[in-house]
Amino acid sequence: MDIFKQISDSLNQGEAEKAAEFTEQAIAQKIAAKTILDQGLIAGMNIIAKKFKEHQVFLPEVLLAARAMHAGLEKLKPLLIREGVPIKGKVVLGTVQGDLHDIGKNLVGILLQGAGYEVIDIGHDAPPARFVETAKKEGAGVIAMSALLTTTMPMMKQAIALLREDNPGGSIKTLIGGAPVSQEYAEKIGADAYGFDGTSAVECVAGLTEGGKK
Amino acid sequence: MKNFLDRIQNGEVLAADGAMGSLLMAWAGDLVKGSCPEAVNLSRPEILEKIAKLYLDAGADIIQTNTFGGSPLKLSDYKMDEKTEEINRAAVQAVRKVIGKEAYLSASVGPSGKLLKPLGPVSEDEMFDNFHRQVKVLIDQEVDILCIETMTDIKEAVLAVKAVRDISKTIPVMSTMTYNPSPRGFFTIMGVTVEKAAAEAEAAGADIVGSNCGNGIENMVKIAREYRRYSKLPLIIQANAGLPELKDDKPFYPETPEFMASKVKDMIDAGVVIVGGCCGTTPDHIRAFRQTIDKLVS
Repeated sequence: MDIFKQISDSLNQGEAEKAAEFTEQAIAQKIAAKTILDQGLIAGMNIIAKKFKEHQVFLPEVLLAARAMHAGLEKLKPLLIREGVPIKGKVVLGTVQGDLHDIGKNLVGILLQGAGYEVIDIGHDAPPARFVETAKKEGAGVIAMSALLTTTMPMMKQAIALLREDNPGGSIKTLIGGAPVSQEYAEKIGADAYGFDGTSAVECVAGLTEGGKK
Repeated sequence: MKNFLDRIQNGEVLAADGAMGSLLMAWAGDLVKGSCPEAVNLSRPEILEKIAKLYLDAGADIIQTNTFGGSPLKLSDYKMDEKTEEINRAAVQAVRKVIGKEAYLSASVGPSGKLLKPLGPVSEDEMFDNFHRQVKVLIDQEVDILCIETMTDIKEAVLAVKAVRDISKTIPVMSTMTYNPSPRGFFTIMGVTVEKAAAEAEAAGADIVGSNCGNGIENMVKIAREYRRYSKLPLIIQANAGLPELKDDKPFYPETPEFMASKVKDMIDAGVVIVGGCCGTTPDHIRAFRQTIDKLVS
């Protein structure tokens, strides 16, 4: 079996040790780190993400796949840095102030990392200023905010308003999501995108970062 | 007061209460916003009494306590786990003061907010102990029913039911899960089916099974039918008043008391013996349920 499929399969089976082992084997075969990342780890996460979207697998499988991906990524990181592989883009991710729900947010983080983005996770209960300051400091292209409570949704609005003041050029884009959030609400508060679920959030970030490059 | 389980077995249909959180937000928003919703049990128990009275007057047979997040693991999010005993005790006392023996006092036990190993940091023993500590206080306070609710991981629900059964073999236990609709059927976010949840909750010692929260009453009717297919236990449904929308930055739940009550017959036909509300339901919803139940079952 080819090594990429072995890496990808180990993610799909949630086998972290195997993912690390096959990644090492691929490295030993002198395959470029970027190729191992794209055709092994990211390809594996894409399969899980697709199955998740189709309700064939659920949160446990995604979490275990993410752990396996991280195990592989740990082995690959030094090479990626040495080869100078550019990251796709940086995303500041968090659950808004007053909201402690982080399962959805973590899932989005996993899927974004799986798709090759660098994720700066500022955790839950994150005040608007932390999103904006972190994005500016880290040079992130996207701020992604999650809210699971209708009562905390207005914090998204505040963060976007703050970003408008602090980043008038609009180089930092915003993405919002969470069970009570809707496309309509995103438009109302001026968010650049709305992610219906984890996989759609990744598609949104891809769209937003593409837009930024133009 | 008649024995709770006997009444259900004799074909009675009971009304449970509606939302706690939405009323707390309305009356003590400054207190609960961004902080522990159970802290109000200690600081403003009179609000809990007021809510219990509203639901009692609306005709609820079962009144729930404000202890959803009262397990020490959940309280530790707010560094309040040291106060587990006081918080749970105060919640029961506030409701009992109002309802006496006029209605059944059901103690709410919600998820720990932490994932079990290997997905998260908590071992099965730790999870069991977590619920055991909360449930011990509730049973010592002589609650009538335990309601393990809004669970998405059946393993966690089972550990909570087992914690109850470790303390009391006889106290009635209800175990309800929260499902999402998908083209492949209903699943919790952890991938648990109704079939699996029904079987495992019953094996752990639950007396009544069902669903709460969710995506509106019409999905709940379908979920109830699915439970009936897989379980002979009496069923409980406590639905949200639909998914909330924001109106002027305030949550608005779209399903009216009349609309929700119009589905009560379908639920009873599916085997539901306790009809109550979850997020967004009000005393008006419960009053509508009560009237419908009284018309249908007499």
